[in-house]
Amino acid sequence: MVEHASHPVPEYRAHQTHHIVPPRTYALIFGALLLGTALTVGASYIDMGPWNPVVALAIACTKAVLVILFFMHVAYSSRVTKLTVLAGFFTFLVLVTMTLSDYISRAWGLW
Amino acid sequence: MDSQAIQSDGTQLVQAGHEHPAHLRHHFETVEQQREASSFGMWLFLLTELMFFGGLFTAYLIYRNWYYPAFVAGSHQLSIWLGTINTGVLITSSFTMAMGVWSAEMKNKRGLVLALGATLILGLAFLGIKADEYHEKWEKHHIPGANFSIENFVHPDDPKEKALAPDMAEKTQMYFSLYFIMTGMHALHMIIGIGILCALLLRAMAGAYTDGHMTTIENFGLYWHFVDIVWIFLFPLLYLISRH
Repeated sequence: MVEHASHPVPEYRAHQTHHIVPPRTYALIFGALLLGTALTVGASYIDMGPWNPVVALAIACTKAVLVILFFMHVAYSSRVTKLTVLAGFFTFLVLVTMTLSDYISRAWGLW
Repeated sequence: MDSQAIQSDGTQLVQAGHEHPAHLRHHFETVEQQREASSFGMWLFLLTELMFFGGLFTAYLIYRNWYYPAFVAGSHQLSIWLGTINTGVLITSSFTMAMGVWSAEMKNKRGLVLALGATLILGLAFLGIKADEYHEKWEKHHIPGANFSIENFVHPDDPKEKALAPDMAEKTQMYFSLYFIMTGMHALHMIIGIGILCALLLRAMAGAYTDGHMTTIENFGLYWHFVDIVWIFLFPLLYLISRH
């Protein structure tokens, strides 16, 4: 276990092969997700010009990261899982960026 | 660490006969390695799903920028209340699913059955609300290719809504096409998930997953949370465009 070799094993993990996420953590994340939902609905009623979609996406990304890290246990998982997830999302962003730069650099709006 | 050190000495275990957990396959050395491999495989599958939904989101992004007024008008036709309630329902189902994973870890059969049952009911509630929304679209003639009418967008009933020129009003079909493809693919994932959930619930009631082997529950949890994440993005992008 690479992770165990490079970090001192915390006391609570010393006798188990993997981390069990306690219900308290799940409940906190659940609350944060509901709060995020309320925030995103509230923010959509405020006129922020071009910032509206930015704020909406920022809230959605925060919620998604919370789900991935805690509900999906990535925060507690091995480095290979963390790297896999990160690489996947990074590849996705690369593909979106390349697609958008292609559209923008051609006849944007001249449909 | 002690238990792991013993387990990682695979050869010793094999020589001693079948003195390893029944669910440990022979091509894995330890239970932890088996768990790691299955979770890694599940994540690879979910990343292909990310690319699939990502393509739809990219198409949405481009068309939204081209036909922005049509997307605003289309978005205003959705019920913000139903969308918000459905988001809450789905987030709650993710929470109950997480509690199911915890119950399986704790080898608590009753807890697992209750959590899976709650997740199933919430999943069905989500689909029920979605079906009601789809039905409303049918009644308002907002289904592209079926009975679409731009009447509502050229001459809005609501005086607060901006009237669109007929050519831009036609583009609301693009918004509704994306709406139905994206929420439809999401709903299909929910339906598949609910099917699997029924099977898991039946097996859990028979005592499965609470005997220390719960990889199936963990991986299904990953799938369910992923579907939740897709909705977390669909909700603001489809329902909340320019509500002010």
